[in-house]
Amino acid sequence: MKAFTIHSGIVAPLDRANVDTDMIIPKQFLKSIKRTGFGKNLFDELRYLDEGQPDQDCSTRPLNKEFVLNQPRYAGASVLLARENFGCGSSREHAPWALDDYGFRAVLAPSFADIFFNNCFKNGLLPIVLAADDIDELFRAVESTPGYQLTVDLEKKVVRKPDGVELAFDVDQFRRHCLLNGLDEIGLSLQHAEAITSYEEKRKQQAPWLFV
Amino acid sequence: MAGKTLYDKLWDAHLVRQNDDGSALIYIDRHLLHEVTSPQAFEGLRIADRQPWRLANNLATPDHNVPTTVKERALGIEGIADPVSKTQVQTLDANCEEFGILEFKMGDERQGIVHVVGPEQGATLPGMTVVCGDSHTSTHGAFGALAHGIGTSEVEHVLATQCLVAKKMKSMLIRIDGTLSAGVTAKDLVLYVIGQIGTAGGTGYAVEFAGEAIRGLSMEGRMTICNMAIEAGARAGMVAVDETTINYVKGRPFAPTAEQWDAAVAEWRTLHSDADAEFDRVVVLNAADIEPQVTWGTSPEMVVDVNGKAPNPAQEQDGIKRMAIERALRYMGLEADQRIQDITLDRVFIGSCTNSRIEDLREAAAVVKGKKVAASLKQAMVVPGSGLVKAQAEAEGLDKIFVEAGLEWREPGCSMCLAMNADKLGAGEHCASTSNRNFEGRQGFGGRTHLVSPAMAAAAAIAGHFVDVREWMN
Ligand code: SF4
Repeated sequence: MKAFTIHSGIVAPLDRANVDTDMIIPKQFLKSIKRTGFGKNLFDELRYLDEGQPDQDCSTRPLNKEFVLNQPRYAGASVLLARENFGCGSSREHAPWALDDYGFRAVLAPSFADIFFNNCFKNGLLPIVLAADDIDELFRAVESTPGYQLTVDLEKKVVRKPDGVELAFDVDQFRRHCLLNGLDEIGLSLQHAEAITSYEEKRKQQAPWLFV
Repeated sequence: MAGKTLYDKLWDAHLVRQNDDGSALIYIDRHLLHEVTSPQAFEGLRIADRQPWRLANNLATPDHNVPTTVKERALGIEGIADPVSKTQVQTLDANCEEFGILEFKMGDERQGIVHVVGPEQGATLPGMTVVCGDSHTSTHGAFGALAHGIGTSEVEHVLATQCLVAKKMKSMLIRIDGTLSAGVTAKDLVLYVIGQIGTAGGTGYAVEFAGEAIRGLSMEGRMTICNMAIEAGARAGMVAVDETTINYVKGRPFAPTAEQWDAAVAEWRTLHSDADAEFDRVVVLNAADIEPQVTWGTSPEMVVDVNGKAPNPAQEQDGIKRMAIERALRYMGLEADQRIQDITLDRVFIGSCTNSRIEDLREAAAVVKGKKVAASLKQAMVVPGSGLVKAQAEAEGLDKIFVEAGLEWREPGCSMCLAMNADKLGAGEHCASTSNRNFEGRQGFGGRTHLVSPAMAAAAAIAGHFVDVREWMN
């Protein structure tokens, strides 16, 4: 997994609550058996005016000019500013894959859906929960300041504004450790192979029907 | 000290290792796989040169991409017209073969929607931890199991270690007192609950559904409830074990037998929250307040009684909520205050892991029997949840009832629930659907989904618009 330590980038504001995973990456793109290449279809139904198909050349599709990612001022954005319950819906990891493939490294929102939140960490994408008031203020700042950038510092657990003001955020210790070091969670768990085996032996005595 | 919740008991029984940082390694008894979220996980195993930890805990079946017309299905995998879908199903077959995982392939009568197949086979048992790369894995919690969806990285993690790194969730009790009135089903109950607590109401919680109304439900009904726990934001929903659970499990292919059965039942009977257990949150609702539900908007919480109407954004004080209502009304092509019964329907879909089990099909068939689908409908289809549900329904003659009424009788799969195969809504079309998500575009680009129970969908198919199915029951 790619490591995340500190990242600065342009912020794109997605001003709607309950953005679901179907919206992040519509199901027709889930048919791929790869992990990459989803970025061009990120927010497909919001971003383009036609219905997207897998393996299609997106460069000639009609764009929804209104959509935030199509506005030149947000070109190259790598920090997504979002509203409540971001990532609700399905468990598809294609959602963080699409965000990552597009170039996002962090998502800031007042709240996230559980599975999506979890999936982000496994893919080097950092979801950050900030107070609703701070998010509101960031929306205002981003909209009024072209080229607005934020710095996300995972070492220090802060989001730094251009004026140097820092917003602290909480992050699970283990997840932070994995992200900072780009660690593979499976490898870490396999270090406990003995504990797994002894659990199985004990459990087999108690519930033999689970081991047939 | 307070007693244990059902969730505490399940968690404790599966704790392999508690880490210092609050996370834990949890053992997984049953891992279900399907074609959409597994290819990248198998690929990961190959790249890291890892083998599955314990083959017998895994069970796979393709469901999302399989075509559902009899004609296409007769051709087997060659019947999948879309080459990308076909590759995905072929990849699952190849991966299961390579790694030695049991798969119910297309053409096998046991194939079906993964959340229908697991319980039907007894592959989901009380007291298990069940995971699958699919958010509706919460379904299996109906058995007094700890069941939730995982992402593809976790699919790979479970394959390689038979464990998950997890943090204990908070606990919520949703108690439904009293009994449901006639014509009001588990689906109405769960839509009502979501309407009450919201789509994020359960976020961070493992939810236990309890109370007289839940006790009175069949296993099918309980699965419908737990299936939609995720639509209330809760990764896991569960129901305590009782006689209904045990009777359902008995005799299923993967269920224990002989002395092991007795030992298992003795353990399963302990799978309920202790009387003095404490929950982080308790919600108490009254079954008598629940009427048949219909969603009007683009989130399952946007739901009203069938006799109600779409909201009026002008009456919403909160600006963000008002915008959400306006946007949903626009997307759904509805007016403020429009009566639900005045929505004209284009299609009806009876199926999905929420409502495609035998009991659901019986309920729908009872409503359409001897009637005809409204001429104004473009399509009404019934998609059984598995090959075995289909066979059972045919043995009971339900297929004939549907066909005579003008509904299509299909082959098992996810179908129009998420429109990954050819079964979809056209832009602007309204659909009465027994599935679980009414998000924008869920059932097809621009499609408009209204979530309802099987009986309500069946009645809507006959009338061409929503009707209160209770009026047809006298
Ligand atoms: S039926 Fe629908 S919700 Fe259920 S697993 Fe299939 S696609 Fe997902």
